[in-house]
Amino acid sequence: MSTFVSQPAERPARSRGRGSSIRAWRWSDRLLLLAAWGAGLTLCAVVAAVVLYMALRGIEYLSPTLLFSRPAAGLTQSQTGGFLDPLLGTLLLTAIGIAIAAPLAICSALWIVEYGQGGRGRQTLTRVVESSIEIVAGTPDIVIAFVGLALFQLHLFAWASEVGEGGGVTGKSFLAAGTMMSLIALPPIFVAVRDGLQGVPAHTREAAFALGKTRVATIRRVLLPSVRANIATGVTLGVSRIIADTAIVVVLLGDTLRIEPQAHGGLPVLGLLKGTGSSLTSFIYDNSPAGEAGAPQKAYAAAFVLLAFVLALNLLVERISRARARSTGFVAAVEGIV
Amino acid sequence: MLNRLRNPWPDHRAERTLGAVALFACLCVLAMIVLVAQRAWPIFAHNGLSWLGSGGSLKAQIETMLNAPGNPPASAYHLRAWPIIYGTLLITGLAVLLALPLALLSSIFIVELAPVPMRRTMVRVVRVLASVPSVVWGLIGILVLVPFIGNHVISPSQRASMEGTVQLTGAGLAPAVLVLALMITPIMVALICDALVAVPAAWREGAAALGVNRVRAIRAVTLRAVRPAIVAAAVLATARALGEAIMISMVSGSIFFAPRPGDGATFFFEPLRSLASTIVDYHEGISAPALSAALYAFALLLLFSAFVLSIGGYLIKLPLRRYQVRP
Repeated sequence: MSTFVSQPAERPARSRGRGSSIRAWRWSDRLLLLAAWGAGLTLCAVVAAVVLYMALRGIEYLSPTLLFSRPAAGLTQSQTGGFLDPLLGTLLLTAIGIAIAAPLAICSALWIVEYGQGGRGRQTLTRVVESSIEIVAGTPDIVIAFVGLALFQLHLFAWASEVGEGGGVTGKSFLAAGTMMSLIALPPIFVAVRDGLQGVPAHTREAAFALGKTRVATIRRVLLPSVRANIATGVTLGVSRIIADTAIVVVLLGDTLRIEPQAHGGLPVLGLLKGTGSSLTSFIYDNSPAGEAGAPQKAYAAAFVLLAFVLALNLLVERISRARARSTGFVAAVEGIV
Repeated sequence: MLNRLRNPWPDHRAERTLGAVALFACLCVLAMIVLVAQRAWPIFAHNGLSWLGSGGSLKAQIETMLNAPGNPPASAYHLRAWPIIYGTLLITGLAVLLALPLALLSSIFIVELAPVPMRRTMVRVVRVLASVPSVVWGLIGILVLVPFIGNHVISPSQRASMEGTVQLTGAGLAPAVLVLALMITPIMVALICDALVAVPAAWREGAAALGVNRVRAIRAVTLRAVRPAIVAAAVLATARALGEAIMISMVSGSIFFAPRPGDGATFFFEPLRSLASTIVDYHEGISAPALSAALYAFALLLLFSAFVLSIGGYLIKLPLRRYQVRP
């Protein structure tokens, strides 16, 4: 009893700042506090360890010749060349993927926010579009790769892919892989643009309408410029998705050492798009002990380059979203994860 | 033609064009499901749904499919895929169990407890963790974690106990679960953090006004309010974990073997395969019709589970809307 009575006298000495000292907490509460700090610091430690380890290994094994020489078939490590072709392959895939995904995603987001709200039928359609994009976002990349294989082996798309031995359609080409990559990049762009458009205040649109602008003109002159930063964020996230993906490249790009354009009568570009190649990710996969080539040093070097790209894109997203993007909630801060 | 495009568009045409593009996205999804289902059909035609069950050696069945002639006999389609379904469930379930406490505690840390500069660092850390490519995780797993487990963790007696069944190299359940848990933690953190941020400040202030400390307020009010979001985060992370192919194919040993819980601690070091990693491992056999049907059947199963799980996640989050906690 006496301890309770003496407590008020002690309180002024104990209370600092927030008014309650951790010493007065129950054990379970202290444990939770400690565990939360522990978990947070563990995550930091894991990330620091991964990045530092990859950086150390990367700097150890990376050399300019590796970066700028083409891969070749050879018996020893020194003969098999570098990863110039995979690097170019990654760039080409990204270009194709974004070129397809960005217009699709932006147009869908525009329709949903600007036209999809009036009337019952449109609202249903809005919901259908949103949930199908959610399905795409939730589909594993290996499944998307196999969908691509099934799609591009159809005779309808025979013009778009490599011709295998005996004239069969393999369904493997830059075009096939890039098209399927666009499905991976689509959801983040869509979500970023949709959230941005929803964040534009209604009076902005009303002001444009009051000046006699049509809806299209409002979209082009008012809305698109004001969500430019969101588009940039979405595209950056899409790019980082594409360059990080392995399954689609391994299955759909043929995974040949060099970029191998197909013979084609007409445009030279189409031959390249029909051809096969590899990307940084598939180069890492092949050179890891799990793959065929088995040169871990080269895998480390390529992984370092890949990780550097990804981290740079991360920084870019942060820059853009801090500067301009209209964002909502915390997920916007960790956008592109979900 | 170009001139017509350059002129200002009438509204109705713009609406129709944009709507058509949006519809095209839906049609893509539909086409995706139809294509996979159509390719997987022979497996269902020959096995019914019993290919999900167990029976016989899966390795032998896959070998038969791979070596079957161009027009395979009905016997080549025989498939009982339980070992890899079990492997998928095992890896995914353990990884989610491992990642959930870590994600929950670090989200509480980020939103409620961390000092402001620390919070900013943590958001960055989570984002970096989320963006490490799966092949890099696999590389770290196969070049660092697997040799470590193989050389230092597995004891000679454990190795001897598995003599004649499988070789314990270090690649197996444990590294796959560890790495997968790290890969799905950021997704969970993002979802839980988003819910935590959305809890009205007045609730927390109310708890504080009643005289409880910060941590008690978190336990009594905040965590209780976001319970559905925690479950939803676990479900959505499961969906993501199911589809991980490359990393698991690299670190899980890639052997048709079902780890036996009866083996004690050795259980965690036994190699296995998941649905997705089997697809990656055998993608070059796609020209064999029977094997192709089997791989598409696995893909269909993955597609179906991802679909069900994302609907589940959505339904679980619904109660949050009721009291204005926007998930």
